[in-house]
Amino acid sequence: MQPDSSTGLNGKGQDLKIVSLISIGQHPASGRARRAEQDGRAVELGMTLAASSSTQNLTVLHAGDSQQAALRSYAGMGLESVRVLQLRESADAVKTLSEYLHKHAPDIILTGVRAESGESSGMMPYLLGESLGWPVVSRIADIVSIKEGVAEILQALPRGQRRALTVRLPFIASVDNAAPEPRQSAFGPANRAFMEQQQCHSEPDTARNGWSIVSARKRPKRLKIVKAKTAADRFKAATAKPQGAGGKIMKNQPAAEQAQAIFDLLLEEGVLR
Amino acid sequence: MVFEWLHPVLIATALLLAAIGAVRRVNLWRAGQAESVDFVAGLIAMPGRYLHDLHDIVERDKYMSKTHAATGGGFVLSLAMIVLVHLLGLESQILAWALLVSLTLMFVGAVFVFKRRLNPPSRLSKGPWMRLPKSLLAFSGAFFILTLPMAGVLPEGFLSSSTGGWILTAVLTVFIAMGLSEMLLGMTWGGPMKHAFAGALHLAFHRRPERFGGGRSTGLKPVALDQRVLGVQKPEDFKWNQLLGFDACVQCGKCEAVCPAFAAGQPLNPKKLIQDMVVGMAGGSDADYAGSPYPGKEIGQANGGPLLTITEGLIDPQTLWSCTTCRACVEECPMMIEHVDAIVDMRRFLTMEKGSTPNKGAEVLDNLIATDNPNGHAPNSRTNWAADQNLPLLSDVKETDVIFWVSDGAFDMRSQRILRAFVKLLKAANVDFAVLGAEELDSGDVARRLGDDATFQSLAKRNIATLSQYKFKRIVTTDPHAYHCLRNEYADFAEGIADDLFDNIEVLHHTTFLNQLVQAGKLKLNPYKGGTVTYHDPCYLGRYNGEYEAPRELLRSLGIEIAEMERSGFRSRCCGGGGGAPITDIPGERRIADMRMEDVQTTGAELIAVGCQQCTAMLEGVVEPRPQVKDIAEILIESLVEPLAKELH
Ligand code: SF4
Ligand code: SF4
Repeated sequence: MQPDSSTGLNGKGQDLKIVSLISIGQHPASGRARRAEQDGRAVELGMTLAASSSTQNLTVLHAGDSQQAALRSYAGMGLESVRVLQLRESADAVKTLSEYLHKHAPDIILTGVRAESGESSGMMPYLLGESLGWPVVSRIADIVSIKEGVAEILQALPRGQRRALTVRLPFIASVDNAAPEPRQSAFGPANRAFMEQQQCHSEPDTARNGWSIVSARKRPKRLKIVKAKTAADRFKAATAKPQGAGGKIMKNQPAAEQAQAIFDLLLEEGVLR
Repeated sequence: MVFEWLHPVLIATALLLAAIGAVRRVNLWRAGQAESVDFVAGLIAMPGRYLHDLHDIVERDKYMSKTHAATGGGFVLSLAMIVLVHLLGLESQILAWALLVSLTLMFVGAVFVFKRRLNPPSRLSKGPWMRLPKSLLAFSGAFFILTLPMAGVLPEGFLSSSTGGWILTAVLTVFIAMGLSEMLLGMTWGGPMKHAFAGALHLAFHRRPERFGGGRSTGLKPVALDQRVLGVQKPEDFKWNQLLGFDACVQCGKCEAVCPAFAAGQPLNPKKLIQDMVVGMAGGSDADYAGSPYPGKEIGQANGGPLLTITEGLIDPQTLWSCTTCRACVEECPMMIEHVDAIVDMRRFLTMEKGSTPNKGAEVLDNLIATDNPNGHAPNSRTNWAADQNLPLLSDVKETDVIFWVSDGAFDMRSQRILRAFVKLLKAANVDFAVLGAEELDSGDVARRLGDDATFQSLAKRNIATLSQYKFKRIVTTDPHAYHCLRNEYADFAEGIADDLFDNIEVLHHTTFLNQLVQAGKLKLNPYKGGTVTYHDPCYLGRYNGEYEAPRELLRSLGIEIAEMERSGFRSRCCGGGGGAPITDIPGERRIADMRMEDVQTTGAELIAVGCQQCTAMLEGVVEPRPQVKDIAEILIESLVEPLAKELH
């Protein structure tokens, strides 16, 4: 879907500035470095948005090692350059990234939901949101339009459902697998793209120092016993994502009551103490 | 007397204009990229190439070869003598008589051209080509009469002595002008006779001179990966002698008649493709093209120029992606034009610069890059098929007689049956063999045909590096595509890794190797007990590697009398599985595999013997009822006299 291009503007009358964050992916079968699937989608979405605005203002940004060959597979999508904040392996990417983003103040930051390698905690968008003080929209499938500083977004829900959201710029969005597939990476442009290296101040990730890393073990899966009568039921049971039991939907209650319910739940789950 | 100088002036003018046209035409070719050619050797070899190689192909159509020899030979001789007699005014009765004879020869030839053109088959182009026989007749007839006085048959001055003579002369002059403009101007200014001029030079400066004298040159040329633009974007990106080759086309449509994609109604016609290349090189539109279109596409919409991107306006990318790279067109082309090279060159641009490989293309290429196999399977699952086979691994044994190159059939359950059958035969014949196991990577065939030469080169170099670690005498594979890559394409990349690796080893297809074993008595076979059998020649075994005989000899050694299809041997019709065509999957009106199955059915065969896992998959994809499809290795094990266990050791 082409976003509404009548206003590639951010409401301040300036051109939209978009940053797509990319990481080094990892192929599930071979373990080889590659273009990460979700980050590729973040670049794709960024490119589509940039193409529909008057000036192409997309920065594709990586914090890490500019020599990584996998970065070129993003460039092969047709990028002239990839900006790399040169970091040592032990460094904390979040700090460096948020400093950079704070300074350059883009309107939209697109990331994957979680990285395919490294810690792969999926925390990056939230940590960035926290440090920039911006809203985070998780798992988006598309950005439909941007008008006067407000973006209309489709968020991906399980089983192909979508939720329409409007979000004021600037914001951070993580891009779901439901977003359009990234375009093919071509060898020629990939090979010729400029790796725009920026030396920057980095701090070691102190939290990680204390961790010991072991390879994952497969946990035994609980067998799901399906008592379905019809084929449709069986299909549903096989494809449905588990939905949390309990919970309630509050739509018409006053906002204070809704907020209280969320607060209580967070207390109950021990998220807030 | 006005006519004394009129005809010489006409001839001289025509020659001069032809020369100017020639310079302009040569400049069109020179716009292409540099390619080193041995000019002198080429020119010296040219007549021989014309008389043997080209004529051997024309000879497949006896009518046309005789016609062409008479017309073409007559014309060349006549032209030389016309210059002597009519332009330079050499007075010799003998020469004049010789000229009369050669003009007669040409005239007779032209009559046959005329006859063929009365009801031309659809593969022939019409338009100016319909005019050609008349021009040939006009040229030879008019000069014949003009020469009569010099031969002493008619009195000297006959043509200007009377009113009748004057009228005759005027008429003759019109015919001469018509003949000269077709034969001389047309030759260099783009008429049908262009094929003679460009064709002669094309034979001399052919990009694959190895093809002459019965040789074979089928491996694609490597791309230099550090170029400004990878692949061919605009006509000027072709090598200059490729451009020259396009100009040599006679629009005979032999290629069109055999093209499986054309027959299937996919938007490809190799003849039109070559003509579009000419349009691109010279600039303009295809409106003047008078042959069959790309199926489903109108003529007159395409525009191009030497500096314009071909796939934006001149050729629809779908046309390029329809090709199965079966080489049937190249094999039939009397002008020895290289369609497949051109198509892959343009695909290279689409894949490596534009990133627009259609359908599953991008996914397959990504998988090849990330997992070294087209379906994205875990690399170490490559040996799973052989878990029960107890195959020696080269990483253990280090040295062997035969490397069995398993290829990607390892991941496919149907192909695994072929692999097992072949292993059983190897064991029965006591062959000292080993496999590379997980060290083996995809051969790169599909990546290369899809235009991704970067990935192909990476796979090739890594495979070569693996091979170079071991000592062995031959590589044998059941996959003709891997066979072609290993045998004809890898040597270009061995430099610096294992320089003379490919000089010291043999690469064989399993049918060739099995045939050697059978002929040497290493495999004992019972006679085949079954119905009629036909054999389908895989393109990459037959046309690409010239192996037509071994599979047939193997079948004969089982006592099978092969019920040959009309299109077999070098004329075999593709199964539709080559060139990445099943991956790009360009829609047509019919499926190529269905058409091949119809070929099979006309023989009444109950079993199709094949020598390729891809052909097997394509032919088995045809809906039943249909004959059974089996690889020759599978047919052999059914008849194998199993050696006693103790004989094995
Ligand atoms: S190689 Fe085969 S499919 Fe391709 S143009 Fe030639 S005949 Fe047609
Ligand atoms: S390309 Fe060759 S086979 Fe095809 S029309 Fe031209 S001359 Fe004939």
